[in-house]
Amino acid sequence: MNMTRRQLLILLPAAAVAWKSILAGTPEASPNYTMTEHWWGMLVDITKCIGCGSCVRACQMENQVTDGYFRTWVERYHVSDYDIENPKVDSPDGGKNGFPPAAVSDGKNFFVPKMCNHCADSPCTQVCPVGATFVSPDGVVLVDQKYCLGCRYCVQACPYGCRFVDPKKETAQKCTLCYHRITKGLTTACCENCPTGARQLADLKNPNDPIHEFLRTHAVQVLKPYLATRSKLFYNGLDGSVR
Amino acid sequence: MKAFKDAGHLFRLASVFLVGGVLFLALRGFLVPRSFGQYGHYRGNAIKETAALPISYAGHQVCESCHADILEVKSKGVHKRVACEACHGPLAKHADDPASIQPAKLDTAVLCVRCHEANLAKPKSFPQVVSAEHSGGAPCDTCHQPHSPAIVAVAGASQ
Repeated sequence: MNMTRRQLLILLPAAAVAWKSILAGTPEASPNYTMTEHWWGMLVDITKCIGCGSCVRACQMENQVTDGYFRTWVERYHVSDYDIENPKVDSPDGGKNGFPPAAVSDGKNFFVPKMCNHCADSPCTQVCPVGATFVSPDGVVLVDQKYCLGCRYCVQACPYGCRFVDPKKETAQKCTLCYHRITKGLTTACCENCPTGARQLADLKNPNDPIHEFLRTHAVQVLKPYLATRSKLFYNGLDGSVR
Repeated sequence: MKAFKDAGHLFRLASVFLVGGVLFLALRGFLVPRSFGQYGHYRGNAIKETAALPISYAGHQVCESCHADILEVKSKGVHKRVACEACHGPLAKHADDPASIQPAKLDTAVLCVRCHEANLAKPKSFPQVVSAEHSGGAPCDTCHQPHSPAIVAVAGASQ
């Protein structure tokens, strides 16, 4: 093999980097990912949701969620014209297998996908007595499965009902925003499998993310804004009756 | 010097505190994980552990890298933005080992109605049918090809 001095000099640093990654032992899950360059959230477009339950099924498969528990679920709202403050809500099996036809045809009907709001000021992380749950530097609320005691303080504290204690593991479980996927450049399982694009992963620190244009041009709302949790789950077309 | 005449018990007390303090620091160093406090009041390694979880859905980009023919058909139809695994299910294992792990054959009678069965809560612009009336019990793929479901294209091809 013939190699000029120039080629050798170019190759040496590359070899050094490769050797370093070998020496490091277990390769890091996402070597090209820098936490401080991201600030994750999600956009949910209610006007596009068809209640097919693809997101719920995808989440369950991707994250091995115990049957009967949900990290994301879909609710169907029925709002009567005469009582807009008291909607009727159903979510059979989290909407995993779709929804049966509506019993009444009057009023307004729509679907609302729900999941962890990944609040920047999250009430759930503040109450943890052992520091097992936290907001990561890239804005994702995570649970340390090895540290969690299963005391359920966080389940009580979440105003959106997004946490549960797994009956087998006895630790708090919640949406991780598919942290194992987004750190590798993939989108979340629910966003990947949403057939209508009603869910979109958003990186608020990326100036080229379409979320910025969307937020500028649409009437976007978060759930329970009066709680000042700085939720990052943005809803387009959110009806006032949604709790 | 009279004030320090009976100072012995003070030194004994101080030494108890000293030993206690050293013991506390030693135990703390032993019990608190090293990555605790790396980013905040939690174990920094918990982030890496979450990031290292296995993937089930490969993502449509991975599918398209082999199945370019399907992508070609799909890109012309209304299902162009529906990801492969939304119907075919999680297939990261198939992507890792295409020869030995084959995806299951799909049943259009189950799959299509998940999205297209009429429901009042669905957006009006979304194509919906009452499946029992629409096809008279025939499976959807009798007329529609799922990758590009418009009937015109199929009729044109068969002529």
